[in-house]
Amino acid sequence: MIPQSFEYLCPETIPEAIALLQQHGDAAKILSGGQSLIPMMKVRLARPEYLIDINRIAGLQYIKEEDGFLKIGGLTREADLEASDLIRSRYPIILDTATLIADPQVRTMATIGGNLAHGDPANDHPATMLALGAEVVAVGPRGERIIAVTDFFLSVLTTALEQDEILTEIRVPAAVPGSGGAYFKLERKVGDFATVGVAAQITLDGAGVCRRAGIGLTNVGPTPIKAHRAEECLLGKPIDEEQIRQAAQLASEQAQPSSDLRGPAEYKSSMVKELTKRALARARERART
Amino acid sequence: MAKRKLVHIKVNGRDHEAEIEPRVLLVHFIRDVIELTGTHVGCDTTNCGACTVLLDGRPVKSCTVFAVQAHGREIRTIEGLAANGRLHPLQEGFKEEHGLQCGFCTPGMIMSACALLEKNPHPSEEEIRWGISGNICRCTGYQNIVKAVQYAANKMA
Repeated sequence: MIPQSFEYLCPETIPEAIALLQQHGDAAKILSGGQSLIPMMKVRLARPEYLIDINRIAGLQYIKEEDGFLKIGGLTREADLEASDLIRSRYPIILDTATLIADPQVRTMATIGGNLAHGDPANDHPATMLALGAEVVAVGPRGERIIAVTDFFLSVLTTALEQDEILTEIRVPAAVPGSGGAYFKLERKVGDFATVGVAAQITLDGAGVCRRAGIGLTNVGPTPIKAHRAEECLLGKPIDEEQIRQAAQLASEQAQPSSDLRGPAEYKSSMVKELTKRALARARERART
Repeated sequence: MAKRKLVHIKVNGRDHEAEIEPRVLLVHFIRDVIELTGTHVGCDTTNCGACTVLLDGRPVKSCTVFAVQAHGREIRTIEGLAANGRLHPLQEGFKEEHGLQCGFCTPGMIMSACALLEKNPHPSEEEIRWGISGNICRCTGYQNIVKAVQYAANKMA
């Protein structure tokens, strides 16, 4: 399948890229990893007249802790997240997530910035970033602004990014003692999109009481879903089996799945419950170590 | 029609130059422009991995990369594995361990395995299966593919 013809632009700096976005408006799309966009272009669901390749822009691939945040450059590849000792040791929920995206070849090219900016509820990082309480940095002609991930996903393939903005960085609050998280994904086969995915991130205090809880759901609605009622029921309580069961039930009630080739809606809701239990149990295990 | 782009891409150690439309997929550049037809178009939907090549040593699905993205970079295809008339250990392994039947998935499968072994020379069985998880084979059931990769790992050790 052949994409519609387009002009290919390869800016070397962010300001250049933004100027091109301004110049061409809706006729332009950013090319990051391309692992969501190019398949859409091949079936002509996406028909940009101008493709702005940002892969040659320096300074957008990094994973570091700074000023109380884990900062990840938008162009960081999923394979880089998988290989990062910092991610593996201090943010294993992100390793869980990156590892479960597609397959090794796709992970060579795919970027975390693209995974968020594309706005597909089936992408995996959104739920994890909701659970982590992350924010993104958007750069445009009006300067730089920070968007909380909870405000970022508006509807299917639509985010809070303006047409002339580029997502340059993801910021996650730095890991604190007593925190732990996990991402679980149910898929028909390896490499598939999620039938259901659940991200859970908790912080326990010295007495084992939950001080913070974040739960994000993948592919059970038009956007990734923050299961805030499940989160609230955990606060101020120790995370025991009964609490986990209650939170899992509340999370499944917040899911809005559609019946499709991955299964009936009722099945997906009950899988949200099961995966929430597993994600919370693993998060608790990691929080205690 | 879109403005054509002049690309310089090194393929299996040789420099190539061509003027192409930006929408030319890397797999079509390899097959139709460079005329190396060992790399296959299978599903064309980023699933099967028959189109797998190494881009700067890392495995990619060449049906999901534009050739212009490879400008100034280096790719290796199945044709680039044998050296001085001798089979690469992976090719030898697929032969010795009967790691193929129809052979359609094989070039892509070998390139993924090549990337795996160059990064992890002593993979466990699970790591091998994980390393080829982006490649689908309809014929073999993967058992002999795993053995072929193990053969190559032992030979390359």
